[in-house]
Amino acid sequence: MRHVISPLDLTVEETDDILALAGKIMENPEKYAHACEGKKLATCFYEPSTRTRLSFEAAMLNLGGKTLGFHSADSCSASKGESVADTIRIISCYADICAMRHPKEGAPFVASQFSGIPVINAGDGGHNHPTQTLTDLLTISKLKGRLDNLTIGFCGDLKFGRTVHSLINAMVRYPGVKFVLISPDELRIPTYLREETLDARGISYKEVSRLDEVMPELDILYMTRVQKERFFNEEDYIRLKDSFILTKKKLENARDDMFILHPLPRVNEISVDVDTDPRAAFFRQAQYGVYARMALILTLLGLAGKEY
Amino acid sequence: MLNIGGLHQGVVIDHIVAGMAMDIYDYLELGKLDCCVAIIKNASSRKMGRKDIIKIEGPFALDLDTLAVLDPNITVNMIQDDTIVEKRKLRLPEKVTNILRCKNPRCITSIEQELPHVFRLTNPEKRVYRCAYCEQKYKESNK
Ligand SMILES: [Zn+2]
Repeated sequence: MRHVISPLDLTVEETDDILALAGKIMENPEKYAHACEGKKLATCFYEPSTRTRLSFEAAMLNLGGKTLGFHSADSCSASKGESVADTIRIISCYADICAMRHPKEGAPFVASQFSGIPVINAGDGGHNHPTQTLTDLLTISKLKGRLDNLTIGFCGDLKFGRTVHSLINAMVRYPGVKFVLISPDELRIPTYLREETLDARGISYKEVSRLDEVMPELDILYMTRVQKERFFNEEDYIRLKDSFILTKKKLENARDDMFILHPLPRVNEISVDVDTDPRAAFFRQAQYGVYARMALILTLLGLAGKEY
Repeated sequence: MLNIGGLHQGVVIDHIVAGMAMDIYDYLELGKLDCCVAIIKNASSRKMGRKDIIKIEGPFALDLDTLAVLDPNITVNMIQDDTIVEKRKLRLPEKVTNILRCKNPRCITSIEQELPHVFRLTNPEKRVYRCAYCEQKYKESNK
């Protein structure tokens, strides 16, 4: 029984296989339209996340499968005090695969230990969100044609942004990847990531506090939201926020073949005048997310190598 | 030379921080043993000022590696025929269950009380244990 709880549960080879399968699905979606016929995906969402849930459901429906589930803790037996372990035991009787979102870190891992079906972590608090990482990897590999030898800029809240941490952890496994970390001092990447991942592996990176000065170096610009409540005071927020907002003007220095990613939802960190720029890839990223989830579902159900 | 007075054969757990002997006694579940167990509190120590010592009689297999998680300064001597036959090197276990407790309020263990608290050794040199669920680093001060 295979589960995907952390992005690093998948080896580089497995990740590459899933990305390759996602690529094949993109080229020929009709071929896969019945691949999961008769299979059911349970979406067990202990907190609402419409975007992620719909992406999973779209993925299963595209494969010809069906979906069932719950979409908040109130609508499931957790509100009556049922443990995650008991819930997944029951869900295992109803479905063939489960995508679980939970506000508490480690809940999908608990589920995987008691489950009779593959469990996909669809986000556990601020911890892991492996299908977001797969989505990011697929987007980068499709847009740039490779995952190695890239300079990737991360901009915004690098301290609390789990998508950033996960993507860094996944990207360091490819050769020649460099990082440019653009954030206010208060929101730099956590020490453990700097020491245990970047320094430990001898990865090339730099930390800067202005987006415009590094723009020409970037192959990928990964934007994240800078939330007001992360700052100690209002003045700091107002002083700093504009440095981390992407505008059409700041893009003047960027390469023509650079792409802008964002895990969405965005608030104001990418101004709308950027949306029409050919380098804006954040809406395409959501489409790639469906393909990535389709490939993962097929793989975990053991259907990846089958002829349809 | 360590005074092993009265212990013919068994284990001496030495250099326990003064006051911690009963915690160690509980962790090792020594209360369940039928053999003779001696607890020495506040023994004088050149290195530590005061220390606790536990002496356990008889040959048996105790999972003493747990002690390395609790306190790296603890030493273990195996006694046979009134002499120290082995100074046991304690190795940090890869995984410990219900020895350390996760204090992360965002961790699933904070709301599901019946889950065992499992920690994995992620950096042996720096003695870093991380919660198997939330991966948060265990901090001594949270004990
Ligand atoms: Zn934890």
